[in-house]
Amino acid sequence: MFRFLMKGMLRDKHRCLMPTIVVTLGVFLTVGMFAYMKGVMGDMLNNTSRLESGHVKITSLAYRSEIDLLPNDLAMEDGPGMLAMLRQNYPDVSWSERIKFGGLLDAFDENRETRAQLGVGGIGIDLFGPDAADRERWNLQSGLRSGTLPQQPGDILMAEKLAGNMGVAVGEEVTLISATVNGSMSLQNFRVAGFIEFGIPPMDRSMILADLNDVKRMLDMGDWSSEILGYFPIPYYDDALAEALRDTFNVVHSDPVFMANDTLTFSANLDHDASIDRFAPYMMSMLDDSNMRDYYTYVDKAGSIISFVMIFAMGIVLWNTGLMGAIRRYAEMGLRLAVGESKGHVYRSLLVESIGIGVVGTVLGTIMGLGLGLYLQEVGLNMGDMMKDSTMMMPTIIRARITPTAFYIGFFPGVIATLLGAGLSGLRIYKRDTASLFKELET
Amino acid sequence: MKNLLPLLFLGALPGMILAQPQPSAEEILRRIDKQMVTESAEATATMIITNRRGRETRITSRSWSKGENTSLVEYLSPAREKGVKMLRLEDVLWMYTPSADRVIQISGHMLRQSVSGSDLSYEDMVDNGKLLDIYDAAVVGEDVFMDRPCYVLRLRAKDDAAEVTYAQRKIWVDKMRYLPLKEERYAKNGSTLLKLFEIREVMKIGDRWYPKEMYFKDVLANGQGTRYIMDDIKFDVDIPDYLFTKAALRE
Repeated sequence: MFRFLMKGMLRDKHRCLMPTIVVTLGVFLTVGMFAYMKGVMGDMLNNTSRLESGHVKITSLAYRSEIDLLPNDLAMEDGPGMLAMLRQNYPDVSWSERIKFGGLLDAFDENRETRAQLGVGGIGIDLFGPDAADRERWNLQSGLRSGTLPQQPGDILMAEKLAGNMGVAVGEEVTLISATVNGSMSLQNFRVAGFIEFGIPPMDRSMILADLNDVKRMLDMGDWSSEILGYFPIPYYDDALAEALRDTFNVVHSDPVFMANDTLTFSANLDHDASIDRFAPYMMSMLDDSNMRDYYTYVDKAGSIISFVMIFAMGIVLWNTGLMGAIRRYAEMGLRLAVGESKGHVYRSLLVESIGIGVVGTVLGTIMGLGLGLYLQEVGLNMGDMMKDSTMMMPTIIRARITPTAFYIGFFPGVIATLLGAGLSGLRIYKRDTASLFKELET
Repeated sequence: MKNLLPLLFLGALPGMILAQPQPSAEEILRRIDKQMVTESAEATATMIITNRRGRETRITSRSWSKGENTSLVEYLSPAREKGVKMLRLEDVLWMYTPSADRVIQISGHMLRQSVSGSDLSYEDMVDNGKLLDIYDAAVVGEDVFMDRPCYVLRLRAKDDAAEVTYAQRKIWVDKMRYLPLKEERYAKNGSTLLKLFEIREVMKIGDRWYPKEMYFKDVLANGQGTRYIMDDIKFDVDIPDYLFTKAALRE
C-alpha cells in the first residue's frame, strides 16, 4: 500500500508538493531558530567563562563580598601556593590567575606632558609563563589588528577603538595611573605592543591587557592573587560539574565557620562572626559569580518558552496543512468510498500519506535548518552596528550552535503535527453516509 | 599677707579667664588662622596609615609651603614611594612619580581621592586656606574635649567663596590656644558627615601653638583612620620660588 500511495503522491503534485513545501519550511525555521537560540545562549556563557569568570573562580571571602568593586587589596595571600595546590589536587581542571583593575591611561607628548587621558579597565593574564592555556583561551592572535602580541614584560595590548580614541600608535609608551593595594597612586609606563579587537563592545571601548606580573608589580601585590579561574576540559559550561567542585572545595578549603552559616547572605555571613578568616579561599561557579544564576535561569526559561511557542506555532501551521489537505480531498474520499474502499482503509492511507509527507518534509527541513545553523555557526551574524553602545558582555558576532537536539527537534512539528492534522480531519470519513455519496458527488 | 598675694592672684586666674567676654565667632576664626595658617614653612612629617587588613604603613615626607596656595610635598619613605612629589600651585595640583618620570595633573574628582590609602584626600593634603575667608561662623555652644575647655562653632561656606571641599564644619576650639581640637566635616547638605579630624597633641613653637599629632578618619571608608605626626616644623623660612615650579619636580 505504501508503494502505491507514494506513486500516487509523486504523480499528483497537488497532494504532495504544497504540503511538503510547507512542512519543509516549517521544520527549516524551527531547526534554524533552535540552533540560533542555542548559539546565542552558548556564546554568552562561553564569553563570560572565557573572559570573566571561568567555569569556577576562587577568591578570598572578603574579595567575593565586594567583587563588583575589584577590591585587589582584599586578595588571597600566597597565590603561587594556592595555584600549586589546585594543580596537584584538581589536575583535570585548567587553573589560571587573573587580576582585574581600573585606572586612567595617559598618553603623553615629547615633553612627557599629558596629550590624552581616558578611564580604562585592565586585565592581567599570564602572557609569558610556561602555561599557555589562558593565552590560548583569549585567542589573542586572531583578535590582533595591528602590531604584535606582547614580546616582553612592560608590553600591553590595547583595544583598537580605545587606541583610536586616544590617538595612540603601536610602539608608543603610555602611562597607566592606578592605585596600589595600599591605596597609593601608582604610575607605570607600558609600551603598546599591539591593538586588539575583543569583539565585545564594552571591552573594545576601554580595555587593556597586560602581563600578570607587570600588573602585580604596578599594584604592589607581591604574591597575592585576586582571582584564580578554573576550566573543565569540556567546550561548554556544565553547571552540575561546577557546583559539585565548588561544594567539595569549599568544605575542605574555605572557612568552616563561614560555611556553617550558609543560611545568611554572603556579606552578612562574613560579618556574622569575627573569628571568620576573611581571606580564606572561596570557590564560586560561573553562575554564582555576579549573580549570573538568576540571569541564566531567566534566559534559559525564556529560551525554552520561545522554543516551545515556535514549535507550537509551527505545529498549528502544519496541522492546518494536514487539515486542509484532507478537506481539499473531500470529493476524492467520497469517490473512493463509493467504489467500495472501506472507511478504515481510506483513513489509514490518509495517515500513511501524512507520515510520508511529514518525514520527507522534516528530513528536507532539518537538512536545510542544519545548513542554516552551520552557516551561522561558522560565519555568524555581525550585530556590531546595533551593539556599538551596548554595555553587555555580548559578542558583536552572534553565532548559532548545532546541538544533538537540533537533529530531531523538527520531527515534533514536522511529523507529529502533520499526522495529527490529517488524523483529525480524516475522522470525517467515518461520518460519511454511503447512501448519499453519489448525491454529494453530483454537486 | 604680702606673700600670699601672688597665690591669691593665681587662684583667681581661672576665674579671670572665665570672666573674660566671649570672643565673637569671627574673632575665634581669626585667632585660629593666626595659629594654623603660615606665611612659609618647612616641615617633616610621618603619616601612619592602617589599612583594611589591619596593617600599618608609615610614610615620611618633607614639605614646603609659601602663602595659602603654594606648597610642595616630597615623600622620603618607604622605598616604593620615595621621590614622589606633589606640587600645589593655586588651584592646580601636580604629581611627579620618578619610576614613570611623569608629571601628572590631579584635578576634578581625583582631588577627592585618598592620598596613599590614607584618610586624607589630596585636597586635605594641600589645604592651607584661611577659615575666615571661606566660612561664616556661629558659636553654638561650649564643651570639653580631651580635658580642654572649647568653644563649639558651626561653620558654613560663604555664598561667594570658591568651591570648598567641606560645605559645613563643626569645630571644637581650645579656648586658651585657639586650635581646632576636633572637627566634623560635612557635605553640602549639612547632615552627611564626611571626615573626622582631631588634634591629639600640640607643641609650642615660638609664640605659636601648632598641632604635633593629628588624626583623620574618612567616615565613608572602612579603614581605621590615619595619624599624622609633625616630626619637625620651621616657620617663616626662606624658600626659593624655583622650588615651586614643575621643572623642579624632576630634580
